[in-house]
Amino acid sequence: MQDAANDAGDLDVRSTVDLTLAVNGEDHRLEVPARTTLLDALRDRLHLNGTKKGCGIGQCGACTVLLDGQRVNACLVLAVMAEGRHITTIEGLHGPAGELHPLQQAFIDHDGFQCGYCTPGQIMSGVACIAEGHAGSRAEIRQHMSGNICRCGAYVNIVAAIEATAGGADR
Amino acid sequence: MGVIGQPVPRVDGPAKVAGKATYAAEFHPEGLAYAATVRATVPHGRVASFDTTGAEALPGVIAVLTHENAPRLPWQPVEQAPVDPGGGEQLKPLQSDRILFAGQPIALVVAESQEAARDAASRVRFTCIAEAGAGLIFDPARARPPSEGTQESYPAEWERGDTEGALAASAVQVEGDYLQPRLYHNAMEPHATIAAWDTDGGLTLWDKSQWVDNFRDQIARNFGLDENEVRVISPFVGGAFGAALRCWPHVTLAAMAAKVVERPVRLELTRRELYTSIGFRPQTLQNVRLGADGDGRLRGIVQTAWGLTSAYEDYGEEVLDPTGMLYDAESAKTVYRLVEVDTNTPTPMRGPGAVTGVFAMEMAIDELADAAGIDPLEFRLRNYAERDRKKDLPFSSKALRDCYATAARRFGWEKRNPERRSMRADGMLVGYGMASAVWPAMRSPASVRVRLFANGTAVVRTAASDMGPGTYTSMTQVAAEMLDLPMERVTFELGDSTLPMAPVHGGSMTMASVGSAVAAGCTRLCQEIGRLGDAKDGEHPVETLKRLRRDSFEVEGKAEPGKEAETHSSYAFGAVFAEVRVDPDLGTVRVSRLVGAYDGGVIVNPRTARSQAIGGMVQGIGMALMEAGEWDERLGRVMNANLAEYLVPVHADIEELDAVFVESEDRILNPLGVKGIAEIALCGVAPAIANAVWHATGLRIRELPLTPDRLLMAEEWAEGMPA
Amino acid sequence: MSGLGYARAPSLAGAVEALGRHAGAEIVAGGTDLLQRLEEEVLPPELLIDITGLDGLRAIEVGESEVRLGALVRLNEVIDYEALRAAFPAIVEALAVTASPQVRNLATVGGNPLQKTRCLYFRDRTTPCNRREPGTGCSALQGRNRINAILGGSEHCIATHPSDFAVAMTALDAKAVLASTRGERSLAFADLHRLPGDTPQHEYNLRRGEIIKGYIIPRAVLARQSHYLKVRDRGEFEWAISSAAVALELDMAGTIVRARVAVGGVATKPWRLPQVEFALRGRPAEPAVFASAASLATEGAVAHGDNAYKLRLLPRTVARALNELRERL
Ligand SMILES: Cc1cc2nc3c(=O)[nH]c(=O)nc-3n(C[C@H](O)[C@H](O)[C@H](O)COP(=O)(O)OP(=O)(O)OC[C@H]3O[C@@H](n4cnc5c(N)ncnc54)[C@H](O)[C@@H]3O)c2cc1C
Ligand code: FES
Ligand code: FES
Repeated sequence: MQDAANDAGDLDVRSTVDLTLAVNGEDHRLEVPARTTLLDALRDRLHLNGTKKGCGIGQCGACTVLLDGQRVNACLVLAVMAEGRHITTIEGLHGPAGELHPLQQAFIDHDGFQCGYCTPGQIMSGVACIAEGHAGSRAEIRQHMSGNICRCGAYVNIVAAIEATAGGADR
Repeated sequence: MGVIGQPVPRVDGPAKVAGKATYAAEFHPEGLAYAATVRATVPHGRVASFDTTGAEALPGVIAVLTHENAPRLPWQPVEQAPVDPGGGEQLKPLQSDRILFAGQPIALVVAESQEAARDAASRVRFTCIAEAGAGLIFDPARARPPSEGTQESYPAEWERGDTEGALAASAVQVEGDYLQPRLYHNAMEPHATIAAWDTDGGLTLWDKSQWVDNFRDQIARNFGLDENEVRVISPFVGGAFGAALRCWPHVTLAAMAAKVVERPVRLELTRRELYTSIGFRPQTLQNVRLGADGDGRLRGIVQTAWGLTSAYEDYGEEVLDPTGMLYDAESAKTVYRLVEVDTNTPTPMRGPGAVTGVFAMEMAIDELADAAGIDPLEFRLRNYAERDRKKDLPFSSKALRDCYATAARRFGWEKRNPERRSMRADGMLVGYGMASAVWPAMRSPASVRVRLFANGTAVVRTAASDMGPGTYTSMTQVAAEMLDLPMERVTFELGDSTLPMAPVHGGSMTMASVGSAVAAGCTRLCQEIGRLGDAKDGEHPVETLKRLRRDSFEVEGKAEPGKEAETHSSYAFGAVFAEVRVDPDLGTVRVSRLVGAYDGGVIVNPRTARSQAIGGMVQGIGMALMEAGEWDERLGRVMNANLAEYLVPVHADIEELDAVFVESEDRILNPLGVKGIAEIALCGVAPAIANAVWHATGLRIRELPLTPDRLLMAEEWAEGMPA
Repeated sequence: MSGLGYARAPSLAGAVEALGRHAGAEIVAGGTDLLQRLEEEVLPPELLIDITGLDGLRAIEVGESEVRLGALVRLNEVIDYEALRAAFPAIVEALAVTASPQVRNLATVGGNPLQKTRCLYFRDRTTPCNRREPGTGCSALQGRNRINAILGGSEHCIATHPSDFAVAMTALDAKAVLASTRGERSLAFADLHRLPGDTPQHEYNLRRGEIIKGYIIPRAVLARQSHYLKVRDRGEFEWAISSAAVALELDMAGTIVRARVAVGGVATKPWRLPQVEFALRGRPAEPAVFASAASLATEGAVAHGDNAYKLRLLPRTVARALNELRERL
């Protein structure tokens, strides 16, 4: 394959990358174009469809995953740049016996969704929001959850679910 | 007590919170290839030439389709009322060199990966010849009446009484022009189709659809297939709000591509592409003239609407349906016109028509109440319509008075100081406003298959959809109650065109239509098992089955509307109250509180119904304060075609929302007594907020959305508004 | 050339060397603007040089008289760093209202001021735009320009500079440390961006192959007494339609000794307002003074239709920011 970039000094330039992604504690080998985002790698290559694509450009939050424990937009991360990091998706949130994470349960209890498409992103973001200590009040939760759009408009229920879970976590 | 009316949690909740609900783009048939589109850059004209060599040379590219090499499809005529426009001709992708709007798909690349397809699509070179089209400016001077065939739904002119005479004789009169911009559904799930042909020429589509039967019929006609050769599967829909009613051109493109490359193909649209690949709520200009006598009795209403349509299809909406029935006015008149623009065709968006019409009407009523010196709520009560004066029929049910009273009480309307710009808190101007809401309650034929097993479980199946309101859950409730089984023993399946026929999942009529069919099917099942087993009263059909040593028993259930529409007028109603805080310097508006009370008939599940209602409020806040497609009149394009510049509400925009349902049932409309809540929840929100902004600031801003620029540029503001 | 190339920078020297050598190469740090451009094919690079492995660019060093921020420091790391909150409230506040928590966990302070404009035409690759495709014309001048600039525009471009952080950095007299094969140099933050003039495609005063290594922010009373106010259409998660970073130093009598005012959302680059600062100096810190000084903010401003409201909004934004700051002092 002829690469115009090949002459870029001692750089090891690749347009196809062979990489290992550590998703939910499991290593996955894959070969993808360098251009592939973590989001597309998860969805189209690993068939981990729980992480959603709403915009592909950081503007909706549907693709929120944890990268070394921090929430990020999977669509704004190149798969190759996620190598060597611990990736947690909604599929990896459950407890050891497969039980739902308390925030997942709270979303059911508070009806924190309608269509469910933004939901995995909201939950991943909510888990991080609580862990960061940004769930002290409704206003604070709203501010720190504003990167996750819900077009069905379940916001008040999502905030209630996070508030209840954070309250429980404090105790 | 039965399970109907209980706030049970969603049956699909565990799947959705675990990321296990599977949406259209998420199926992975063996050998899947990926497609990406190339889009026209001129708003009207022809594609003159293609150079696809650069694209074809890329590794992983399987095919590049253009009108020059794409198969010609038979495209047998089909028009699916009510989702397809009544006039014009739909876009037939890659069937000719004609360009009808900027953003129209003119080529399609199929490749081994999504990345390769997108990369190759960007390397397809083409030249377009621009030609004069209908025009790019939404200019009412070019308006025309809707085409003949569609006038039953939205007549060009309608009048009751002598409006001009009544207006002339009115002691108080107001007139205003109201503009609602293009609004985009922007459901979180982008539209996507996966198409796979099998060896006997049958086609399976995994799609995002609010009406799988429609997609099946349309695709069968387009490809000259028998209906039963096409199967459409759509178990979960990531929001749609009307955008997934029609079988859009990309569905045909995916099926075409799969046919050509003889592999399953996925076509997933980008967010930007959604702005031209599906429809939108059309920009609509309205003029409202109202007259009342000295004690606030409405005498005349004249409402004129100019709605935008594309130049190739005649899309109209019932914007003016509420005009003649919402109030008890002596006379009323409506005029409806369409303005053609070279753009893609609009489509229904949550509360199509009524949401737009009520926005103008309810702002105008507020202005008239103010002109007459009467409290806005009191003014509406004085003109309460006990009967539909438009159809001259009684209402099958109407609890709007209750809605007003309930919402006003919960809101604390009595604390409103009638003086505008009189209320303040924390340095902000505070305003209270309210509006009425109305949406026709409808019903269509529907059918289901119910199977009861001797092990005490049941399965109910129908080709319905669940785009979020909770169809899975509420139908399970109805079936569980009718079969007298616990909910967890009943499974409800939907979203597959091989299942019994269901109507469009829109217009707030799924519960009334499909719910009635579920009830009918379950009742019939019980009766037939009872008859078969000669069961005595009180024997549960499961017991009868066991006694008969039958594993299971299945029936079809059907329900359809009777003649109630000839004898009654049916509507859902609502009252919305809004509190806003306006920054007196910066012109920013926040909605600090919204209270809505709704007459939606029997509420099958108060938990999911409330979610639907507050969801409507959120979209209403978006419509009032931030949403607008920014159309460039020179390029023929919506410029803010993303989710960062086309603004929809985020968490931080939503504070207190209170939605309640007043006691109501409508057994005339259907046996369950339901009316529907999806659309009514959006209706009335924007005018309530706009009226509150007026109360806070004294500014009547008749053009949505109420962004800081509109407030700051309003004349009064310039004259030293901050006090 | 097939598809995008990617390489990890082995060292800072390797990165700048490669960047200088290949015209289609760009640094990728957080990737939050680059990936938007890749996805939307807006000036997509051919080669990405990933500098995130360069640990030397990751430090926050708090010294007696200045603070040094490495280019790879993530926006949220600044927000969470207690000492910075007290030292530079305007910077921390600007970052706290930037993008979303998810974006802020990725985005770096090095990449942030170099994000491209949000001008609707720049971001839609199918429209004429001088900044994206020199010579094609500016569509925004007579188009949908509600978010475009009233200050610093030219007949070739009125694209607004989008960064919040850059506005605060400009107000607080920060410096950028730049590295290239020829070594290091420092540049006043206010000089990092260029006016569009007749070459809007040249946005920065970075030389070919030069990268931002980090910043130096002087610690001063002024910096401690600073504040950032952002005005937008929705509550969160939106770029500014107008913003102001302000700083005041008062004497015992409450008279303004020093003032700094920079604004965002309204100008083609992070915009200092010396005339407003001058009008504040020597005057009592009170609302009437703020209002009259702020009214000078629009000197030389030009509106283009949809963005005319910014002529009204900008002075009020500045005045409000000053008032809010005053209440805290
Ligand atoms: C949805 C969304 C909303 C946003 N809202 C806001 C907002 O409200 N306010 C705001 O200010 N920003 C906002 N942003 C922009 C965001 O803050 C920037 O994209 C981010 O800070 C850029 O940093 P990065 O490290 O991700 O840069 P990258 O995307 O990696 O790079 C951006 C540019 O900088 C260059 N670059 C990066 N690092 C260096 C370096 N050290 N030296 C030289 N060149 C370099 C790259 O080559 C590229 O050209 C938003 C972004 C998104 C996606
Ligand atoms: S898909 Fe990543 S933010 Fe929208
Ligand atoms: S639940 Fe549908 S978008 Fe949030």
